[in-house]
Amino acid sequence: MSKGTLFDKVWDLHTVGILPSGQTQLFIGLHLIHEVTSPQAFAMLRDRGLPVLYPERTVATVDHIVPTGNQARPFADTLAEEMMQELEKNCQAHNIRFYNIGSGNQGIVHIIAPEQGLTQPGMTVACGDSHTSTHGAFGAIAFGIGTSQVRDVLASQTLALSKLKVRRIEVNGDLKPGVYAKDVILHIIRKLGVKGGVGYAYEYAGTTFEKMSMEERMTVCNMAIEGGARCGYVNPDQVTYDYLHGRDFAPKGADWEKAVAWWDSIRSDPDAEYDDVVIFDAAEIQPTVTWGITPGQGLGVNETIPTPEELPDSERAIAQEAYQYMKFQPGQPIAGTKIDVCFVGSCTNGRISDLREAAKFAQGHKVASTVKAFVVPGSERVKQQAEAEGLDKIFVEAGFEWREPGCSMCLAMNPDKLEGDQISASSSNRNFKGRQGSPQGRTLLMSPAMVIAAAIRGEVTDVRTLNGNP
Amino acid sequence: MSEVKTISGRGIPLQGNDIDTDRIIPARFLRCVTFDGLGEQAFADDRQQMQGQHPFDLPQYQGANILVVNENFGCGSSREHAPQALSKWGIQALIGESFAEIFFGNCVAIGIPCVTASPEQVAQLQQALMNNPQGTLTLNLEALEVGFEGLTFKVEMGTGSQQMLTTGTWDSCGQLVANREQILATTAQLPYLVWA
Repeated sequence: MSKGTLFDKVWDLHTVGILPSGQTQLFIGLHLIHEVTSPQAFAMLRDRGLPVLYPERTVATVDHIVPTGNQARPFADTLAEEMMQELEKNCQAHNIRFYNIGSGNQGIVHIIAPEQGLTQPGMTVACGDSHTSTHGAFGAIAFGIGTSQVRDVLASQTLALSKLKVRRIEVNGDLKPGVYAKDVILHIIRKLGVKGGVGYAYEYAGTTFEKMSMEERMTVCNMAIEGGARCGYVNPDQVTYDYLHGRDFAPKGADWEKAVAWWDSIRSDPDAEYDDVVIFDAAEIQPTVTWGITPGQGLGVNETIPTPEELPDSERAIAQEAYQYMKFQPGQPIAGTKIDVCFVGSCTNGRISDLREAAKFAQGHKVASTVKAFVVPGSERVKQQAEAEGLDKIFVEAGFEWREPGCSMCLAMNPDKLEGDQISASSSNRNFKGRQGSPQGRTLLMSPAMVIAAAIRGEVTDVRTLNGNP
Repeated sequence: MSEVKTISGRGIPLQGNDIDTDRIIPARFLRCVTFDGLGEQAFADDRQQMQGQHPFDLPQYQGANILVVNENFGCGSSREHAPQALSKWGIQALIGESFAEIFFGNCVAIGIPCVTASPEQVAQLQQALMNNPQGTLTLNLEALEVGFEGLTFKVEMGTGSQQMLTTGTWDSCGQLVANREQILATTAQLPYLVWA
């Protein structure tokens, strides 16, 4: 059993008590809600006549269903409009802070909370969305929950949970040029599997993570759940504090000093004990692309799609399903795969640093005539910042569409969808069957830079060969 | 809230690893403000692809209430719409090799047990169900035992979740709300609550 880790410390501090079932009643410091998984929770509260216990500890925004084109109300999609109105009504009725479209603060829930300084080290964060693990980048214990649990948090600001084990995932060394945080997490999931993390919290440690910016750490933590781990975190350090300082909800004045001291104290101890430790070498990580139907089916961009013989027994059935669905042959190179749609955005890679990196590669190039490509900023603030830097112009000149903030084609609950068996190069997090809105649609996950390379060449391309590099 | 001790009825085998919640209920059906009507949309895309051959469409499994699955079932999105859709289709319990964590928790929260058994036992049960879809399948949650027409084996479930189901305390909301004073005491030791 782990001891002395950040996870243990934060868990203990937030423990309200042990329930008769043996589960822990855990206090939730920050509760984030959105339009998809909250309406039924509010309805359950109404049915039971329960109030929201700490309305000031819940923050709402709208992201999944918002169109990234025409956002005029009422939305053309009447179901989306109904969800929107429900959230507006619920937030108003319960006095919950709501960042609506046009507020200047709306965006993907996992982007807006960090950018406003709402997410802080040592907190517990819950949201009815599996990518809540993102917030672990700050040294918070953050995890996705279902709607009945959203109800529980609204009613009691607590959850009934079983404690997780802690696996330390250490990556050391410098990443090669063209290798990004996205490649690091795709590599980890490839190696540990999509269910390797079930029952675990992932602590990301080692020099590779220490050198990462906060936004890179968020990309890594975001996809903990794709490896089966409900939460993933990085111990807070100076990078965390520098990011937080001065943000809207960050502690101010004398509180700041107290906060830093407390944040330092909740870091994993040097002699902390872990349930498991896994070590990777950053130099081994290549620009990574998924070829199949789970985020664990990844490979280096210059590798070939594995044959059944190259795979362990346990992975052969899902590989067979993937060859068939993806219409790929075992042994075929992934580079050169023709791409129909390119998407840069999502809670994984829709932050300003992602867009800057993407723009760097888009500049001076043109999107291939066979490709539909679009860039979706993760929030209104990201959009505003990108426009202030002229990134939007670079994208538009290169032939990308520049959109309004939202979840967009990551999950296609809005008008952005694949059609038929189109293949997308996507900076999002899931390549599940049908994920991007067409029951036959195919998704290749990769870093934003690799998406841009695919858009320009019209096929999966090693980003290191763009811009005149060999 | 009812105690969930024994579930008996007919089983429906659904083979495949890593069946994610996007497949259980595709995202477009999440454009709703209640869980009503999700039952018809369970596995909508898979069913369309399989043109009537998906277990949820096969006549012999209509009316089944125990779903038998393989590894890492329910991975991906945290959408409770997934267990809700299964529940509304008629599923009352799941037997599988393993379950994704959020999915498992969402099932327990609505009173649906997910128990695990070895890959061999699950495969054997799936085959037995295909051979005899009308047979009676029973999950005894107290004894943690599955029985099907002469085939019996032990299954596993975390003690906490098992207890919540068998004692009828799986809906934790009431218990959580009742501990108001302890909640207040906990907030007193969290420095960040007063910073912003």
